Amino acid sequence: MVRVLINMKKWLREFAKGIWRENPVFVIILGLCPALAVSTSLENALGMGLAATFVLVCSNTLVSGIRNIVPSRIRIPCFIVVIASFVTTVELLMAAFVPQLARQLGIFVPLIVVNCIIMGRAEGFASKNKIMPAVLDGLGMGVGFTLALAVIAVIRELLGSGRIFGQVIFSEFLPATIMILPPGALLTLGLLIGLINLLTKGRKRL
Amino acid sequence: MKKALSVSVSPHLLSAKSTPVIMWTVFLSLVPAGLAGIFIFGPRALWIISACVVTAVVTEALILRLRRKKLACADGSAALTGLLLAYCLPAALPLWMACLGSFFAIAVAKQSFGGLGRNIFNPALAARAFLLLAWPKQMISFNAAFSYPDAITQATPLELLKEGRMENLSQMGLSYLDLFLGNRAGCIGEAAVAFLLLGALFLLWRGIISWHIPLSFILSLAALTWLWGGKAIGEADTLFFILAGGVVLGAFFMATDCVTSPLTRKGQLIFGIGCGLITFVIRKWGGYPEGVSFAILMMNAAVPLLDRFFRPRVYGSGVNKYEKVAKRVR
Repeated sequence: MVRVLINMKKWLREFAKGIWRENPVFVIILGLCPALAVSTSLENALGMGLAATFVLVCSNTLVSGIRNIVPSRIRIPCFIVVIASFVTTVELLMAAFVPQLARQLGIFVPLIVVNCIIMGRAEGFASKNKIMPAVLDGLGMGVGFTLALAVIAVIRELLGSGRIFGQVIFSEFLPATIMILPPGALLTLGLLIGLINLLTKGRKRL
Repeated sequence: MKKALSVSVSPHLLSAKSTPVIMWTVFLSLVPAGLAGIFIFGPRALWIISACVVTAVVTEALILRLRRKKLACADGSAALTGLLLAYCLPAALPLWMACLGSFFAIAVAKQSFGGLGRNIFNPALAARAFLLLAWPKQMISFNAAFSYPDAITQATPLELLKEGRMENLSQMGLSYLDLFLGNRAGCIGEAAVAFLLLGALFLLWRGIISWHIPLSFILSLAALTWLWGGKAIGEADTLFFILAGGVVLGAFFMATDCVTSPLTRKGQLIFGIGCGLITFVIRKWGGYPEGVSFAILMMNAAVPLLDRFFRPRVYGSGVNKYEKVAKRVR
């Protein structure tokens, strides 16, 4: 009983670290390509985040399951095959059930294969841990990634087109087009990372 | 006695030109062009200028306060940034946009990089680029000269040329003198070329700027325009291309910003030539009729590289002539 409780506590920590303490976008600074490219609207961001979370959880599970069979020299190609098959699954599922969103995300769904968060978690965590922690790590990182994307997307969509989820919020305000263009993504991300560093590390280096 | 023996790090020679002196001298040299701009585009231009300068100084004070630094907002650098930003805005721009641009210049382009002396990009031009991408419609609607208080919107000479609506000065109903004195649509500070040159001469005389960047900028742009600006070599109206846009303002007052330009003379020449080249490319093939601000911003990004490439040789290091001679003798 005690052992189960200790395990529970450990698992909870594995899950929770991806959300704030080791947030993949804001703290580890991984997966910036999709974070910058598809955060033009909240809808795109959530779609991208959920797709990546699904791939992350599945690939972490399988990579952790086969970690003792795969020779270490060819582990990277093996991981890529695993990830690519899940990405293909997601891509086909999205094209079948949410064709509109799949069209909007376009090339960025197949590009989840080379998303460095997924590769990083497979190499850095799942291939060295048992299945249960690996699943929770994948889930936590996925949720952290989705949340980060959502925060960036809310700021950009609100300032860049005056909407959230396509609903008009500000009609008086003249939206600043720059926020939904690439420079707006870089500005938002940079300022957010600065803010988070200020909150977590204090103003020592400011 | 004690003072004579004090030990300090280099540089040991201190110039009498302190930061406030340089900044306020540049500010002063820009005043005639600003007065001309207010005369040409009306009291609205004065509002834009004041809004930009005040917002810049207030933002600087606020952020220095937040960063718990000494309040150095009287050194004139923030006021100068605000003034330069106002000079490259159209007079008809809504005031809140001008204020927001000025805030962006100081808060994002200057202070978030570490404040005075640490910014990579010219803050005024970065803010102009920000505004141009954020509200393109408002940023390219210019008032015709002397059209106040009605404020008739008119395209700038470079726009007319880019869109192919008119081909030369006489079709636009302008003369070189009009361009020289600023009797045309455009940004507040760029139109009155004569007054800008007056300020530039003052700066050159005071030794605040050197001739390297402005001259290489303008000459390379002129050469490229003369060669490939028109349908055949030498057919383009070179003088028109120099006077009609923001080249004079950009070359003398923005590209020469001491923080964001190279330190060595050779680097400065390359910097100026690069600015001219990019301006020409944007004007000829780009989507915008004018490319001075983007050209300077792009070359700003290359400044650390230029400084590393043209790093002066430390006296007595590098080539060792005596060693070579000694080898030959042996």
